[in-house]
Amino acid sequence: MCQECGCSKPGPYQIDGKPVATHTHTLADGTVVTHMHDDDHGHTHDHGRHGHEHGHAHPHQILNLNTGILSGNDRQAEQNRGAFKALNLLVLNVVSSPGAGKTALLTKTLNELKGRLRCAVIVGDLATDNDAARLRTTGAPVVQIATGTLCHLEAGMVAEAMKQLDLRALDLLIIENVGNLVCPASFDLGEAMRVVLHSVTEGEDKPLKYPPMFHSADVVGVTKTDMSEAAGFDRELALKNIRQASPHAKIFELSARSGAGVTAWCNYLVARQACGTA
Amino acid sequence: MHEFSIMQSTLETAALKMSAAGATQIHRLKVRIGRLSGVVPEALRFAFEALKDKTPAAGASLEIEEVPAVCWCAGCAAEFETAKYEYACPRCHELSGDLRRGKEMELSSLEIS
Repeated sequence: MCQECGCSKPGPYQIDGKPVATHTHTLADGTVVTHMHDDDHGHTHDHGRHGHEHGHAHPHQILNLNTGILSGNDRQAEQNRGAFKALNLLVLNVVSSPGAGKTALLTKTLNELKGRLRCAVIVGDLATDNDAARLRTTGAPVVQIATGTLCHLEAGMVAEAMKQLDLRALDLLIIENVGNLVCPASFDLGEAMRVVLHSVTEGEDKPLKYPPMFHSADVVGVTKTDMSEAAGFDRELALKNIRQASPHAKIFELSARSGAGVTAWCNYLVARQACGTA
Repeated sequence: MHEFSIMQSTLETAALKMSAAGATQIHRLKVRIGRLSGVVPEALRFAFEALKDKTPAAGASLEIEEVPAVCWCAGCAAEFETAKYEYACPRCHELSGDLRRGKEMELSSLEIS
């Protein structure tokens, strides 16, 4: 959402370094305002066309709406999902706390899948294209979204970033979300599979501390398992907590460094893509 | 925190619905927030107080209805309310990921004039 003018459109974000998001809003009085978010013009529009004060001559009225607050995002997510299904493109939304090893695991996954699935990545961060540079070493096409100040990706940003990719030439699109276990939980991007990563160095109780995110997972990946011993990681307790927060999720134990579990994970992706993305 | 932008979206939707109904002021907003929506009611209330001033909802009050997380247990063919994000059925103790309510994030009604 635009943090500056209060509309529900994505704010000043960038795709591969280029500013995006020219947009239009309708003010409460019906005035239509179109603006870009990559300038510094400030957002002062006066309210000359209607006053904010008037007497209480008319009676109060109750409007029953029952409308989704994020219905704009949800509609765009459904459009994305439709486009992905039509192309038989398997789409993952990968989320975790910062530093849980998303980029390392995805780099390993992309290398492992060479010759099996044609892959691309859309990666979101507040700033820099460091992750995109790391992922590009695999040879896969990578689009970087710099969200500016926004703590999550939204469906509209994904729709915009998709334009940079030849989707017809792909089998698997991986969306690496902003490192954050709270906000991305609320924003559907149109993915077929939400993958939540949890590294052994984070302890065992993350699933209990961040229940909405873990509950939304289709797959939970326990990462950095090569460091389990050094971290004093209680595997049984962690698996119990994951199952408790997300009884339906499939669990993979993975190490991008040693490669443990990565083959099983990649085989799973190949099988899911082959059987359609429903 | 994303509650700030969620409240901005709520106020924008509310203002559009208000104008469409030919009104100029919002007196009360009612929202429904599920326990698994990822939105913290206190943070939403804070965002409302911070953002409402320059909107038609400047003098409005906010009512938040919290919706508990309710799962369906296939074995018992019955719903159960999850306690503290534990998804075990209290009758048979089987885990269920079949969430029926609790992810709501809705603007339910407006009082306008």
